[in-house]
Amino acid sequence: MKKILSMLLVLTMVLALAACGGNSAPAATQAPATEAPAATEAPAAEAPAAEPALIKVGIINNDPNESGYRTANDADLKKTFTKENGYDASFAYSLKNEEQIAAAQKFIQDEVDYLLLSAAGTSGWDTVLKDAQDAGIQVILFDRTIDADPSLYAASIVSDMAKEGETAVNWLASQNKDVYNVIHIQGVMGSAAQIGRSGALDKMVAEKDNWNIVTQQTAEWNAENAQQIVQAVIDSGKEFNVIYAENDDMAKGAVAALDAAGITHGVDGDVIVMGFDCNKWALEELLKGAWNYDGQCNPFQSSYISDIIATLEAGGTPAEKTIIMEEKGFDASTITQADVDSYGI
Amino acid sequence: MTKLASPEKKTFGAKFKELASNQIFIPVAALLLLVLFNLIADPGFFKITLGQNSNGDPVLSGYLITILNNASELVILAIGMTLVTAASGGQDISVGANIAIAGSVILRILCGNQGARPETMQAPIIVAFLAACAVSMLFGAFNGTLVAYFKIQPMVATLILFTAGRSIAAWINNNQLPIISDASFGYFGNFIPGIPVPTPVFIAIACVIVIMLVLKFTTLGLLTQSVGINSHSSRLNGIDPAFVKFITYVILGLCVAVAGLIKVSRISSINYSVIAKDIEMDAILAVALGGNALSGGKFNMWGSILGAYVIQFLTTTLYKFNVASDALPAYKAVVVILLVVMSAPVVREKMGKAMKSAASKKTAKEAK
Repeated sequence: MKKILSMLLVLTMVLALAACGGNSAPAATQAPATEAPAATEAPAAEAPAAEPALIKVGIINNDPNESGYRTANDADLKKTFTKENGYDASFAYSLKNEEQIAAAQKFIQDEVDYLLLSAAGTSGWDTVLKDAQDAGIQVILFDRTIDADPSLYAASIVSDMAKEGETAVNWLASQNKDVYNVIHIQGVMGSAAQIGRSGALDKMVAEKDNWNIVTQQTAEWNAENAQQIVQAVIDSGKEFNVIYAENDDMAKGAVAALDAAGITHGVDGDVIVMGFDCNKWALEELLKGAWNYDGQCNPFQSSYISDIIATLEAGGTPAEKTIIMEEKGFDASTITQADVDSYGI
Repeated sequence: MTKLASPEKKTFGAKFKELASNQIFIPVAALLLLVLFNLIADPGFFKITLGQNSNGDPVLSGYLITILNNASELVILAIGMTLVTAASGGQDISVGANIAIAGSVILRILCGNQGARPETMQAPIIVAFLAACAVSMLFGAFNGTLVAYFKIQPMVATLILFTAGRSIAAWINNNQLPIISDASFGYFGNFIPGIPVPTPVFIAIACVIVIMLVLKFTTLGLLTQSVGINSHSSRLNGIDPAFVKFITYVILGLCVAVAGLIKVSRISSINYSVIAKDIEMDAILAVALGGNALSGGKFNMWGSILGAYVIQFLTTTLYKFNVASDALPAYKAVVVILLVVMSAPVVREKMGKAMKSAASKKTAKEAK
């Protein structure tokens, strides 16, 4: 009896696991089955004909479950690269570099026209990109850069984390406080977002006398750790009037600590709360006036990518190899519901 | 002769030996050391003040309250981890991922079919919690089955959920990030209006009381220890070692569900990739700090519980002293290595012996 029960348990678990994997597996193995339209291998330049050939794109991305950013990123790509828009898109997802490279090789064999790549790791891409170039496939990098010769890809569309930090710090400076006592809650040390977003604040604190860091700690993107860090400052009785959290989750944890101590925050509050990433719920906090600022890390690269593809299809070359996306910073006093709907991820 | 010559000295040596060889000694000593260090560095460390939170309810605040509050989940996990360690001679490294699953189940049931942002909770919290208990115990049973019946190394068996757990948690909620806006959901991780002590403290105390009663009035403690010491001879004595191992994993599953409730209640939301991150390591550490052999066998529950508080005490102390972010893990590592080495059964035994011989030499000298 016990044996049967245990077997059953194991079976349920295996099924549960299989069900989980099921979400992404079909997408990854989605071979470009539509061979019929590709048969008319006419030069793609004469696209605006009555029946334009679909542009075949192979998209290699990180797992959409990785974060809200990635989910929004994936949804945005899926929305743009549709049949209606003239694309025949295949997707492959992995957080592992080797698997991504294998997927790239498969796309090259499938003779895609464009390879869109958000690489999991920065190295190891030279050979496969060389193969792509030999096969006449244009490579466009998005979101992440790689250590490879720039001649191997047509364009790279990235966020500038340092600029995100600067935008945020400049906004903070424009609040004209007499003194800035900042609790700086950092992300995982060494990550691109942490380095960029910390850099701008560190620079300002070094330059201005009325900017002080009360504490500078890493909460590793974790809300509870952020809550503990802010709690420790509150317990110590130190004065502070700004919370600069490098993502929304950590800002949320910090606010939980403020609420528990009865410290007012947001518009008309004692403490300015700043976050990053523009999660929908975070922008709603802004709309309520509970937070003051949220910096965007733009996951919507697809419009940039399709612009580049259009340029390349027309026989041109993109004006710049590295394209830095426009990224906004939202202020609680000016944000609207429309902003929340269109920029929240 | 020496016995008669200086009875007090002798008793001191013997007493110290007894003390040092007592499992509780190291965590208590570590706790006292941390207390002393903080007291010297900042006498205000132990100040507790009564303030008001933003809803106007009275709340106590201060470092001590913060430590008691934030250690709660770890204490609860340490209880389960101690039993698992004792019986199976290995550790469950999937507890962090399982907390994500338990939390996800709770939020999923509270959200019902109202999407990720329900106006009101779609089910009573108790229903969601019981469901999470059931799911967690099921996953515990999965781990337990692999360990007890398939005789897989605990760390390898639990590696499966360690890797897959957070994806499962995300999948339960369709990868949405649910947020519960109802204030009453936050009571479990924060404060109940009118009660100035954080709720997690009470939950942890309740769990400790329950496990102590269970250990006192049932044979669970005896069975786990005998299985851990020698499962073959336990079998000969009519104990089913596999079932005992299995049941400890199920109990740990229950602990995970309770910890998961506190975790998601703290922020009324969840982040699958970071919730309870690395907590399994802290839980194992708590067991080790308690002087329990990680290879199983005899255990001391109080040691593990104190160990959990020591870890949180250390974390809060490091936050308080504003240690640079990149150096924080290094500081923690140094203290942890020291504590673990000191609390290792081998070292404790040696220390006890050394103390005894030193004491007896001294008394012998004086006797002359």
